[in-house]
Formats: sequence, structure tokens, C-alpha cells
Amino acid sequence: MKQIVLKADNLRLRFGGVVAADGASLTAYAGDRIAIIGPNGAGKTTFVNICTGYLKPQSGAVIFEGKDITPLAPRTIARGGIGRSFQLPQLFLDNTVFENLLLALSAREGTWRPWMRLDRHPKADEMRDMLEVIGLSKVGDRPVRELPEGMRKLIDIAVALALKPRLVFMDEPTSGVSSREKFSIMDTLVRALDHSATTAIFVEHDMDVVSRYADRVAVWTGGKIALEGTPEHVLNDPDVRKNVIGV
Amino acid sequence: MSLDIILLAMLDGLSYGAQVFLVAVGLSLIFGVLRVVNVAHGSFYAIGAYVAASMGIWIATAGWSPWLSYPAMLVAAILVGVVVGGLLEATLLRRIYGKEQVLQLLVTFAVFMILEDVQKVTWGVKPYFVNTPLSLLGTVNVLGINYSIYQLAVIPLVALCVLLGLRFILRYTRIGRIVTAVTEDREASMAMGVDSSRVYLFTFMAGAALAAFGGALASGSTSLVPGMGSGMIILSFAVAATAGLGQIEGAAVAALMIGLGRSIAVYLAPEFDVLMPYLIMFVVLLFKPQGLFSTLQTRKV
Amino acid sequence: MRFDLLLGAIAFCAVAGVPFFIPWATVMLTIALGVGLAVLGVVVLLRAGQISFGHGLFYAAGAYTVAFLVQARLGLDTLLLLPAGALVATVIAIVFGFFAVRYRDIFFAMINLAVSMVAFSLLEKLYGITGGGDGLNVARPTLAGLKLGRVSFEFWMFYTTLAIVVVVALAVGRYLASPLGKGLEAIKSNETRLEYLGVSSGRILHIAYAVSACLAGLGGGVIAIVTGHVAPEFAYWVRSGEFVFIAILGGAGNVVGAFAGSIVYEIVRNYAAAFAADYWQTILGVSLIAIIMFAPQGLTQLRFGKRRTGA
Repeated sequence: MKQIVLKADNLRLRFGGVVAADGASLTAYAGDRIAIIGPNGAGKTTFVNICTGYLKPQSGAVIFEGKDITPLAPRTIARGGIGRSFQLPQLFLDNTVFENLLLALSAREGTWRPWMRLDRHPKADEMRDMLEVIGLSKVGDRPVRELPEGMRKLIDIAVALALKPRLVFMDEPTSGVSSREKFSIMDTLVRALDHSATTAIFVEHDMDVVSRYADRVAVWTGGKIALEGTPEHVLNDPDVRKNVIGV
Repeated sequence: MSLDIILLAMLDGLSYGAQVFLVAVGLSLIFGVLRVVNVAHGSFYAIGAYVAASMGIWIATAGWSPWLSYPAMLVAAILVGVVVGGLLEATLLRRIYGKEQVLQLLVTFAVFMILEDVQKVTWGVKPYFVNTPLSLLGTVNVLGINYSIYQLAVIPLVALCVLLGLRFILRYTRIGRIVTAVTEDREASMAMGVDSSRVYLFTFMAGAALAAFGGALASGSTSLVPGMGSGMIILSFAVAATAGLGQIEGAAVAALMIGLGRSIAVYLAPEFDVLMPYLIMFVVLLFKPQGLFSTLQTRKV
Repeated sequence: MRFDLLLGAIAFCAVAGVPFFIPWATVMLTIALGVGLAVLGVVVLLRAGQISFGHGLFYAAGAYTVAFLVQARLGLDTLLLLPAGALVATVIAIVFGFFAVRYRDIFFAMINLAVSMVAFSLLEKLYGITGGGDGLNVARPTLAGLKLGRVSFEFWMFYTTLAIVVVVALAVGRYLASPLGKGLEAIKSNETRLEYLGVSSGRILHIAYAVSACLAGLGGGVIAIVTGHVAPEFAYWVRSGEFVFIAILGGAGNVVGAFAGSIVYEIVRNYAAAFAADYWQTILGVSLIAIIMFAPQGLTQLRFGKRRTGA
């Protein structure tokens, strides 16, 4: 029996009249690759926001490695081993790509030494390798502000992975990436995840990506996980085909 | 502390709070719509005071009825709001709305520096005091204490009228509704095609006129000295921040709190009277970082 | 970085020669360097996109600490007085920082302004302790154990200050390139991401706040000793505004620029202020607007062309 990494239990949250989460539950086991799919604007990002501490549910709990993290701040949750990437990349635009990764490295290692240059970080090579892996070595010294959205997307995920989280949430990793590149990005990503034995939950719209890279699929409708199973099972469900995939 | 001192402190606080309210509500109004904290706001207060005082002197030398100095205050306020405020918005502020907040702050700070000089050059550095408005109405005996009617009744009543008037305008007139809409949800109202440049100009002039009106009222009972604007900008910011930036009615409550707090300090520990308003602000912000009356907004990720 | 070092070295040589070639400018230049230290404090916070309109508070804290210690006749040396002033300013910043670093932008600027104006009024009103509006005189202390005459004191005080400036500039340069310094840029561009890295942006800013107050306190101490006088105006908003002005003038976020800016400023003020005392603030205000509108990178960047961030 695999170990439970994350257990979101019966989460409920409403803003004013809008129900964002209505009894949402999801369990992730070590090494899982769970894809969350669902119609646009259904609140998939809200689910990620609750699990990472940005929003607080009105009831329900998020249990990470047996510990209740529901009341914790995003900062504490991040330090505890959950990383995340964003639908719109959240990066330090004035800093270089390399510096973005090095700041994540410093955060992970707690190396805030005022006498040490950031680019001379003792483990800087690890980040250089990561740049190599995601194929961005050439732009490593350019400020993120100058780079196109597709690259930022990748950097955003790399920054999240630089923390070496045990669980990572990725909010639409392939949106804004050309369809030609999406598989190579996902290949790279999955290799990195396998290498570090990181459990991953990702929100995804692209069903090709879902069927190829997810080992479980969860369908988010009406503020909860309405259906869950293997990609073959879920993607062939008539309801899902009609309402989510739209065929 | 005896009862009459408490009473005196409360009357002082009421009068003082009423003046500060006028300035702070202008600052808050401008922030609500333009999202700019106008550091030059204190200058409007000071210039309003000087213009009103000059008009008072002018009325006296022309031999007109001294009662005219009351309407002259309103005229001075509108004049300063429209001319100085309007000019500033149209020539300078308009160019910086899209820029970083830090730069906007710097630009209004620069304007503040310039206007300080303008005051010194125009009105000199010697204290100015025109007490016609104060002496004309005489004093009234409140429980054994002689108190000037001007400070006791006129200033608080005028402030109350302004508060009610503002409420009315913001709720029941077209331009007021637009201003409220922009304050509450900027993106949505811009998307709905509000003519922002006119709303901005109007709001800025109105806000500036309110500050100038506060100054004009103050000119009737206090002497005008250089630097009075710098004290007032910080104080009115303290009031606006305590209330929550953009809150109109909240500013009245906060101004009263801070006015009372200060005047109690004046009687108890005069060296520390300046501390009191900020102490109140710090304590409020410690527990409610967004101010007493504001509704919290979080950033979307 | 190499470029900055070269630039700094050239500037250092030019400034170091002044007492020999233009002896009457020695005091003026020492004052400029002292002010430059306070400006550097503002520059540190500008890295995080934050402006303090109240750094006069820390400047005054350093200056008054020196004045009190000198008046207490403990016979303390300049080399002890200066760190003492810096220390007091730092402690104030650490304590007040718990409150201030919770805020950003407008609130941060205005809260600093408010607290410095409180300090200004207290310095003016607590006559018995602070000498009120007249301020306090600071008798000339010993320098490195030596009792010096006025001229040689000014001469050696200049080199002492210059040495301090060089050490401080190198240390601050290193700090700004360190994870903590880069973290400031991160605060400016994206606090959300910082939070999701498990980093407390408040703590990074708090450290910067303390560092920046330490610099301002050090600068205030230098001014107290060099001019022999401290006054409540040290904490007045005009002084804080000058620091911000010079920081922007020198190129926001630039270490060498802080000192270049304050030297230029001090020279211009010495001459122009005499002709246009009534318009001095107007001149500052107009140039500030002009810099923001037309040359937001400031003077150093204007001279040497557009450079990448993180210079």
C-alpha cells in the first residue's frame, strides 16, 4: 500500500453567493501524477489555492503527510514541502532566470548570508544543471522581464521544483506553450519529477497531455471532484466527453 | 482631571477634529478615485487658509461688512480647489496615473516642496492672524467656561454639513454615483466606459477644495505659519489611514477620535500632544492593517 | 560589478585628493559623504521599491546620540561615537520595524514620515533634554585618541569619513548582491512568489530597514561631529525629502550614485542656495519631477548609458 501524501477532505468555501468549493475531497499517494480537469471557471485554481494555503476553507481540512495544514500560511506550507506553479507565472521579473532559481535555492537551504554573493552560492551548480535540463541555459543571465510567456511558464515550474518539494501543484503547465513544445516540456518535467520522486497534482486542459502523463484523472465540477479514475476510464466517460472535453 | 477640563478638552477636540476631517476626507476622496496619495494635499490646506485670511483683510480694508468674511472662506476654498487643484491635475498628475506608486508619491512630494516655497514667497514667513471670524460671533458660556461660538458651533456644524452634503452627492447625483462606482470597483467602471479624465479632474478639484476649506475655517481661529501644511498632510493621512483609505464616513469617525485624543493629551501631557494622533493610528493599524472601516481585498493568483 | 568597482575607484581617487588641492572644500565634502551615507540607506530600501519619507529620524537619532554622549563628557573618541550613533539608530529601526515592514508603498512612506515628524516635534519640545529648537552643540571629540586643532581635525575627519564610506560602500555592495539583497528586488517585483518559496518578505525588508537606519545613523553622527551642532531639523521632512531626492538623482538603487549624488547636491546647494534661498525647494521639486519624467534612471545611469538591472 502506497503512502498517502495529501488528503483534501470535504473542503467548502463560498465567496458571497458564489460556491467555490462544495465538499471537495481528493487523496494523493506517493508518486502519483494526478490531472485535475473540468470546465473553465469551475474553480480548479481555487482548489489549488486552498491546498497551498492562499485561501482558507470554511470547513474541511487539508492533511499533508499526516499533518493538518489547513490553518497554515502559504509560506509555512511551502517550507513544509509543497511547491506550486501558477497559471500566470509568478516570477521576479527584474532578476535573471538564474537568480530566480538561486533565490528558490536560498529559500530551500536557508542560506541568507549577507556576505555571500547570490551567484556564488555553494550549490549554484545544481541550479545550473536545472537550467540545462529545462533547456534555458542560454537565457540564464537575462532578466525574466525580457523573456516570452512560454519560457516564463517553464521557469515558473522550475522555481517551484528548485525547492525540492515532496508534492507539487502545477496550474496548467502547458497553457501558453506552443503545441509543438508541450510534449517535450512535459517529458522534461516528468523526468525531473521521477528523478526527485515528487508527487504531482496538475490542472490541465489539454487532453492529449492528460492521457499521456497522468496516471489518475480527477474531474472537477460543481465545486468538487465528481469523478476519479484512470485516464482511459475517465476520458471515455460519456458525461465527461460531453461536458468537459466537449466532443 | 476635573470635569470642566474634560469638557474643555472635548470641545477643543470636536473643533479640531472637524477641521482635520475636512482635509482628510478630501485626501480620502482623491485616493478612492485616483489611487494616488496626494502629498501636496497639506499645501491646499495651507493655501486655503492664506487665501481666506487675505480675503478677510481685503474685505476689512475695503470697508465692507465683516460678516462677508464667512462666505469669503467658501469662495477661497472653491478658488483654490479649482485653480490650484485643477491646474495640478490637468498639467501634471494626469501624466503619472499609469506609473508606479512610488513615482506618483515622489511627484506629489515634489509638488508639495514647490508649493511650500510659493506660500513663503507670497505670504512671507511672519505669522498671519485674522481674528474677525472669531471675535464677530463672541463667546458662549458652557458650564462656566467661556468658549468661542465660532469654534464651538460654526466649525463642527460646517463639517457636519459637508459630511451630509458629500453623502448626498455621492448617493443621489450622477457624478457622485460615478465617483462611488470608480472607488468601489475601478476596473469594472472603466470597462463600462466612464469618462475617467473628467471624473479625475472633478474629484481632484473637489478634494483640493475640501482641504482648502479646512484651511479657510482654521484661518479664522489660528495663526498661519509656514510649515502648517506639512503637519496637516501627515495628520490627515493618519486620519484617512485609520479610517481606511477611501472611506468617507469613516474619516469623520477617525477625525473625531484623533481630535479628541489630541486635545485630551494637550491638557494631560502637552509635550506629547503631537504623538497622540499617530499613537491612535499605529494602534488601529496594528489590529486592522487596512483601517477601521475598509473591506479587505486580496490579490488574485 | 567590475565596472562599478572601477567607477568607485576613480571617484575615490578624485575625492581623496581634495584636501590637498582644494583645502577649503574639505568640510563641505565631509558633509556630502555623511549625507551620502544616509542616502545609501534610502537606496537600500529603494531596492525593494520602498520609499521612506522619514529617514531623517534615523539620521537625527545618530546625530543626537553623538551629541548626548559628547555632552555627557565621557571623553569618548570619534571612532566610538560614530558606531554608537549607528547602533542607536539601528535599534530604533529594529523596534519600529516590527510595525513599519508590514506596510508597503504609500503606507510605508507615510508611516515613516509620521514617525519622523513625531521625533521632530519631541526634539523641539523636550527643551530640557534636547535643547529645543536651538539644538545642541557638539564639542570637538578626540580622533583616534588624538586631540587635534580645528584644521587638522577637519583634515583627518575627512579621511576617516572617506575610509568609512569605502568600507561601507563595499559592504553594502556585497549585501545587495547577496541572497538578502536580491531578495529586496524580489519584494519589488513579486511578493506572492516569495511567499510561495517559503520566504518571509517582511523579515527580508526588516533586515534592510535596520541596515538602512544604521547607515543613516552613521551619516547623522558624522554630520554632528563635523558641523559641531545638531538641531531638530535633522528629523524634519525636508531633510528626509533631500535624502530621497539625492537617491533618485544618483540613480535609484546605485551605491556609487548615492555618494556622487550627494557630492553634486552639496556643491550645488552651497552655491545656488545663496542666490536662490527662497526658491531652493522649488528647484529641488522641479528637478525631481524632471528626473522622474525624463530620466528615471538618475544621473549615473544618464551618464553611462542604460545598464542592466542589478548594477
